[in-house]
Amino acid sequence: MTADMLSRDLSLLIPEILLACGAMALLMLGVFMKGEGANKLVQWFTVGLLVAAGLGALFLVTGEGTAFDGGFIFDGLARFSKVAIGIVAAIAMLLAMPYLKAERLGKIEYPILVALAVTGMMMMVSANDLIAMYMGIELQSLALYVLAAFNRDSLRASEAGLKYFVLGALSSGLLLYGSSLVYGFAGATGFNEIAIAVESGPSVGLIFGLVFVICGLAFKVSAAPFHMWTPDVYEGAPTPVTAFFATAPKFAAIVLLARVLVEPFGGMVEQWRDVIWIIAALSMAIGSFGALTQQNIKRLMAYSSIANMGYALVAVAAASQTGMWALLVYMTLYMISVVGSFGAILSMRTREGMVEQISDLAGVAQRNPGLGWSITALMFSIGGLPFMVGFFGKFFLIYAAVEANLLVLAVLAVLFSVVGAAYYLRVVKTVWFDDGDVEFVPASLSIYWVTRLAGLSTVLLLPVLGWLVFRAYSVGLATL
Amino acid sequence: MFGEFEAFLSILTFVPAIGALVIALFRFTARPEDQALIDKNSRLVAWVATMVTLALSVIMVANFDRETAGFQFVHEVTWLEQIGLGYRMGVDGLSVLFVLLTAGLMPICIMASGAIEKRVADYMIAFLLLETLIIGVFCALDLVVFYIFFEGGLIPMFIIIGVWGGQNRIYAAFKFFLYTLLGSVLMLVAMVFMFLQAGTTDITVLLETEFARNAQMWMWLAFFASFAVKMPMWPVHTWLPDAHVQAPTAGSVILAGVLLKLGGYGFLRFSIPMFPDASDYFAPMVFVLSIIAIIYTSLVAFRQTDIKKLIAYSSVAHMGFVTMGLFAMNDVGVQGAIFQMISHGVISGALFLCVGVIYDRMHTREIAFYGGLVHRMPVYAAIFALFTMANVGLPGTSGFVGEIMTMVGAYQVSAWIAFGAAFGVILSAMYMLTVYRNVVFGEMTNPKLENITDLNRMEWAIFIPLVIMTLWLGLSSTIVTDITAASVDNLISNYDAALAAPAE
Repeated sequence: MTADMLSRDLSLLIPEILLACGAMALLMLGVFMKGEGANKLVQWFTVGLLVAAGLGALFLVTGEGTAFDGGFIFDGLARFSKVAIGIVAAIAMLLAMPYLKAERLGKIEYPILVALAVTGMMMMVSANDLIAMYMGIELQSLALYVLAAFNRDSLRASEAGLKYFVLGALSSGLLLYGSSLVYGFAGATGFNEIAIAVESGPSVGLIFGLVFVICGLAFKVSAAPFHMWTPDVYEGAPTPVTAFFATAPKFAAIVLLARVLVEPFGGMVEQWRDVIWIIAALSMAIGSFGALTQQNIKRLMAYSSIANMGYALVAVAAASQTGMWALLVYMTLYMISVVGSFGAILSMRTREGMVEQISDLAGVAQRNPGLGWSITALMFSIGGLPFMVGFFGKFFLIYAAVEANLLVLAVLAVLFSVVGAAYYLRVVKTVWFDDGDVEFVPASLSIYWVTRLAGLSTVLLLPVLGWLVFRAYSVGLATL
Repeated sequence: MFGEFEAFLSILTFVPAIGALVIALFRFTARPEDQALIDKNSRLVAWVATMVTLALSVIMVANFDRETAGFQFVHEVTWLEQIGLGYRMGVDGLSVLFVLLTAGLMPICIMASGAIEKRVADYMIAFLLLETLIIGVFCALDLVVFYIFFEGGLIPMFIIIGVWGGQNRIYAAFKFFLYTLLGSVLMLVAMVFMFLQAGTTDITVLLETEFARNAQMWMWLAFFASFAVKMPMWPVHTWLPDAHVQAPTAGSVILAGVLLKLGGYGFLRFSIPMFPDASDYFAPMVFVLSIIAIIYTSLVAFRQTDIKKLIAYSSVAHMGFVTMGLFAMNDVGVQGAIFQMISHGVISGALFLCVGVIYDRMHTREIAFYGGLVHRMPVYAAIFALFTMANVGLPGTSGFVGEIMTMVGAYQVSAWIAFGAAFGVILSAMYMLTVYRNVVFGEMTNPKLENITDLNRMEWAIFIPLVIMTLWLGLSSTIVTDITAASVDNLISNYDAALAAPAE
C-alpha cells in the first residue's frame, strides 16, 4: 500500500478519526485536570466533537469509495447516516449535562463513552465487511453497556446494565456464529465478495448464516421477538442514556441491517423478505399492544420504540430504492421526535427528584402550556398522525411497502398505528384532561429548548420536508 | 378581481391558523398572572380571525364562476416534487359552499362559547386550528394534502371534547378519535395504491385516471370505510351520540354542522367520480344502509331522554338522506344531497345551539327536567319551533328542499327506496314534535325553572343569521343549486360515460 492510497483511505475516515483521537485526548484532559471544571469542559468538547464529526462527514469527506481493501465504505448512505447520528448524539449529550449535574453523576467517563459509542456507530454504517461490521457493533455495544449502568449506586441501573450486557453478548454470539457460517459458505467476509457468492445461487449454509446475522442485528434494533431487554433497560438506565439509546444506536443498527440485507444478500431477497416480514409484523404488534398498559413513561417509550422499529423494518422488507429513502426519512424524523420527547421526560423533575409516571404529567397543559403543547405535538408525531411531520415518515414507508407489493404488511402497519395512537393519546389525555398537582421545577435551558424546538419542528419541518426527501432520495445503494 | 390572485385560497384557509398562532405566542410567553387577560382577549382575536375568514369566503363565492365545472382559485406550490406530491388547493361547485358553511358557522361557535370559562386561550387555539383543517379538506386538490387536513381535524376535536366536554368526556373523546382513525387508515393504503397507479396525487389528474374494475372495488371499500364512519352511516354511527353529548355546545355545532359533511364530500370528490364501476356495484348496499339509518335511528331518537342525544340520532337519519341522494346518481339526487348537507349544517347547528341555551342556564339536558318553557322564554320557544320544523322538513324551510330532492332522486332509481325514506320523514316529525312539546309546552312543573330567562343579546345575535339562512334556503333553493349545477352535471355525465364505456 502506497502512502498515496493510505492518505486517500484515511480521508474517508475523517469523522471516525476525529472522534477516536478526540475521545482519547479528552480522556487525558479529564484525567489530568480533575474537578468540576474539567467535567464541564470535557462535556462541551464532546458536544463539539460530535457535531464536528457529523458535519465532517458532510463537508470534509469529499470523495466516496471504499477503503482498506473494501472493508470500509463511504457512500451516500454512510454520509447521511453519519450526519444524522453525529447531530442527534450531540443533542442527547446536551440533554444529559444538566441531568448529570443534578444527579451528581458528572464524571468525565460519560461524555467519553458517548464519543466512543458514536465512533462505533459510524463504523457500523460504513461497514463493508463482516469483520468491520462486528468491530463497529462491539465498540458501540461495550460503551453502551457501561453507560446503561452509569449510575452505579442505583440498583435498577445496574440491573439494566447487566441485562443489556448479557443479552447483548448473546446477540453478538449469534451474529458471530452467523458470520462464520456465511464466511464458510461464501469463502469471504467482504460484502462485495459475498454478493458474488450469493449471485451464483443461495446455499442452505448461507441462508442459515443470514438468519443468524438477522437475529443478532434484530437484537440491536430491539425488534420482536428479540425485544425483551428493551423495556427494562430503558426504564433502568439514567434517562439521558435512554434518550441516547432510543436514537443514534437504533439508527446505526437499522441502517447496518438494511445494508447487510440489500448489498451482500440482495440476491436472496426472496429468502430473507419473509423473515423481515414476520419480524416487522411481530414488532409492530408487540410494541403497540405492550405499550397500552404501561404506567412508566420510559417503558412506554421502550414499547413505542419496538413498534417503530417494526415500521422501519417494513421499509427494509420493501428492499427497494424507495424503501431505502423512506427508511432514512422515517428514522430521521423519528429521532427528532424521540429526542424531543426525552427532553420532555427530563423536564419531569420535581423538588424531590425525577418522576417517571405518566400520571405525573396530569394537567401539565394547564400549568405549563409550552411543555403541554410540545408533548402533544411530539406524541402525535411519533404516532404518525397528520398533520405532524411524523405522518410523512409513516406515509413513505407505506408507499414503499405498497410499491413492493407488500399489501398485507402495509395494512397491518396502518392497523397497528391505530393501536399505537391509543397509547400516545393516553399521554395526551393525561396532559390535557386530567387534573394534577405535580409541580415541576423549571427545566434547564438545554432541556427547555430541545423540547420546545422538537415540538415546533413537528410542524415547521413540513415545508422543508422536500429537501430532506431529496437528500435521502439521492442516497443510492449499489445493488439497487 | 381575486381570481387572478393565486394564493387567495391558501390565505383563506390559513387565516384562522394565523389567529391561533397569535394567541399561542401570547399564551406561551406571558407570565402566569397575565393569563386571565389573554383568555379575555383570545375571544376577540378568534372572533376577528373567523370573521375575516367569513368575509374572504363570501368574496370567493361572489367571484365564483358558476358556468364552469373546473377548479377555480387554484393555488399550487411545488413540494416533494421528486415523488409527485404537491401542495395544491382549489374549489369547484361541489366544495365551494362547504367552505362558506364552515366559515359561517365558526364565528357563531366562537360567540356561543361564552359559557367556557377555563383555559379559554387553548379553546380558541383548538377551534381556529380546527377551522383551518376543515376548510383545507374542502379545498385540497391533492390526495395527501386532503388526508392531512381530513385526519388532522381529529386532534383539535379530541382536545375540545376531552377538555371542555361533559361528564363522560374522556371515553367519548377516545371513541371519537380511534373510531374515525381506524376508518381512515385503510383509506390511506388505498390512496397510496392510487398514487402508485397514477404516479401522482393530483386530484385533477386522478379524476381522469381510469382504474381497473377489480382495483376499484377494493379502493371503493377502503374509502367507504373512512367516509361511512365520518358520515356516519348505520352501523358505524355509534361514536356520534357519545361525541355529541359530551362535546361542549360549540363543539357539537361544528361536529354536526361541518365534520359530518366531510364523509358526504368525500363520496362526491373521490368514490363516485374515481370509482364509477364500484360505485354502481355497491349502490344497492348504500341504499339499504341509508334506509336502515333513516328508519332505525329515527326510532332510536324517539326513545332518547337526553335532548342532545336525540338530535345526534336525528343527524344520523338526515345523513341517510344524503347518502341516498348521492348514490341515486342523477342530477336532482346529487344536488339534493349537497343541499341537504348545507341545510343540515345550518339546522342541526342551530338545534344544538338551542340546547346550549337551556343547558347553559340549567346544566342538564334531560328532557324530563324541562317543560312549559314557553311561559318564561317566548322568543326561545319561537326560534326552537322554527328549527324543529326545519328539522322535520316543513315546506318553506331548508330542510324540506333537501329531503324532497333526495327522495325525488331516489324515486327515479326505485320507488321502494323513496318509500322507505318517506317513512323517515314521518318518524322525524314524531320525535321532534314530541321533544318540542315536552320541553316547551305544558305546565311549568319544575320549580327550578321559575327564574329561567329568555334569550340575551348575544344569543339573539347568534340565532338571527341562522334563522335567516334557514328561511332563505327554504324559499329560494336556487342560490345553492345555481352554484353546484355545473359541477354536478359534469360529475353525472362523466359517471354515465364511464359506466357506458366497455369494461376492459
